[in-house]
Amino acid sequence: MWPQPLNSTVQQMGTASSMLTQYDIEEVQEHCNNLFSQQEIVSLYERFCQLDRNAKGFISADEFLSVPEFAMNPLSQRLLKMLDGLNFKDFVAFLSAFSAKTSIHQKIELIFKVYDSDHNGKVSFKDMLEVLKDLSGSFMSDEQREEVLSQVLRDAGYSKDSYLTLDDFIKVLGQSDLKMDVEVPVD
Amino acid sequence: MNGAGKLKSSSSELDLDRPNIEDYLPSGSSVQPERSGKLRLCDLLDISPSLSEAAGAIVDDSFTRCFKSNPPEPWNWNIYLFPLWCCGVIIRYFILFPIRVLGLTLGWIIFLSSFIPVHLLLKGNDDLRKKIERCLVEMMCSFFVASWTGVVKYHGPRPSMRPKQVFVANHTSMIDFIILEQMTAFAVIMQKHPGWVGLLQSTILESVGCIWFNRTEAKDREIVARKLREHVQGADNNPLLIFPEGTCVNNHYTVMFKKGAFELGCTVCPVAIKYNKIFVDAFWNSRKQSFTTHLLQLMTSWAVVCDVWYLEPQNLKPGETPIEFAERVRGIISHRAGLKKVPWDGYLKYSRPSPKHREGKQQNFTESVLRRFEEK
Repeated sequence: MWPQPLNSTVQQMGTASSMLTQYDIEEVQEHCNNLFSQQEIVSLYERFCQLDRNAKGFISADEFLSVPEFAMNPLSQRLLKMLDGLNFKDFVAFLSAFSAKTSIHQKIELIFKVYDSDHNGKVSFKDMLEVLKDLSGSFMSDEQREEVLSQVLRDAGYSKDSYLTLDDFIKVLGQSDLKMDVEVPVD
Repeated sequence: MNGAGKLKSSSSELDLDRPNIEDYLPSGSSVQPERSGKLRLCDLLDISPSLSEAAGAIVDDSFTRCFKSNPPEPWNWNIYLFPLWCCGVIIRYFILFPIRVLGLTLGWIIFLSSFIPVHLLLKGNDDLRKKIERCLVEMMCSFFVASWTGVVKYHGPRPSMRPKQVFVANHTSMIDFIILEQMTAFAVIMQKHPGWVGLLQSTILESVGCIWFNRTEAKDREIVARKLREHVQGADNNPLLIFPEGTCVNNHYTVMFKKGAFELGCTVCPVAIKYNKIFVDAFWNSRKQSFTTHLLQLMTSWAVVCDVWYLEPQNLKPGETPIEFAERVRGIISHRAGLKKVPWDGYLKYSRPSPKHREGKQQNFTESVLRRFEEK
């Protein structure tokens, strides 16, 4: 847990950079496998404090949803299960999957985690169907979704009853040109 | 204090008439490359565009930026400047501030001692009473502006009083109203405030014809819409001022203009207000501070510097919808005041975005998937 007083002082001072020590930054950098530069960490910390309105030291689901661009995202509810109550270190760790320096392997791992809602290490037909439901909403019927998904799975050599593991995901998604980079604005 | 979203009678129709958000969002992450070819498993499992968009919004988003107060640049960082800065603090807090409080109190005494008798005694002579009250309100606003040493430059012709016109301005703080009011007694549409501001609203501002409402009350909207229409038809009413953004924005951006002011069938006179942040940030962050604190902050600063432009009156062009008209006027104001336009509805500060926006994305996704699925 990120120490509480730090956040409240930062709010008073107005600038976050003055409050993160070299040690803090290095600790966070280590936590995210050095995927972010010092400047990026400072930037992210400012953003974290901005989102964490009451300076609790973590960001609640409601605070994430106060960003309309996020709330509009079809996957926002699903992502909130991973995001709700993140402290600064975990916040950075989550975002590190979107760094340009992150390997494709790690990016696929995050995608896998989004699918694997019950954290059992495998993704069932139902899991995939649910994500598809988030993405298509009311524009596809349940039958259509099942039809599309089972057909596509069959083409790829899986069946409706097979469970996909992380390795399967890497095999399947590794061949597509996955693009999942988000730049941290540094001023 | 507020804009004109209240013309809508029900919230269900809200979604139909907004500028298209996708038109404004930065391209890149939000625009998916159109893929073709037969649908494969990897296409279906690949949720990276949505994830990138979500992460992008978490890292930085244009909505939050509109309401961010800007901390003052410190300049007291060396041994020569620090004593100077200290002198400044002493002058500002212990000399300027008491003088200003005194001036403001004096203003109030003069104002109340003439307003109350005029209001009570001249009941029979409405025209004269209105005229005097209008002058008194303008005077009181000048006292307010003087209390933060407002250095206001007005550009363009002063507003005239005629029927069938509304003034619209961008909104940074309640002081916008005071600054505009000291030149011309506008009747303004505003949010009902609690505390002493609310008291002023229901007593004094009533006399210049101000209309207020509660943002969250749908019923209020209808009443306001009716009052609005009545007001603009009256020949000798004070000119109407609307802040169509409906909320205070930090004077770097403009958020969506509510269409209410633009569908009255009146001439719309845009007013652009730009604050100079050299001494103090005039943005009222109503989440963080009360209006009293905001005023104190202004009263302890050196000065509030701002420019006001009265721009050329605009009319609805043939074939233009009120929303397009609102967007055009917003463009004119943003251009003049050097503000960036963002597509967001300022009311999102108080509520969540409607599911309509999400549905647009879902529809695009579905269309692409089904099209490719059918391809053989």
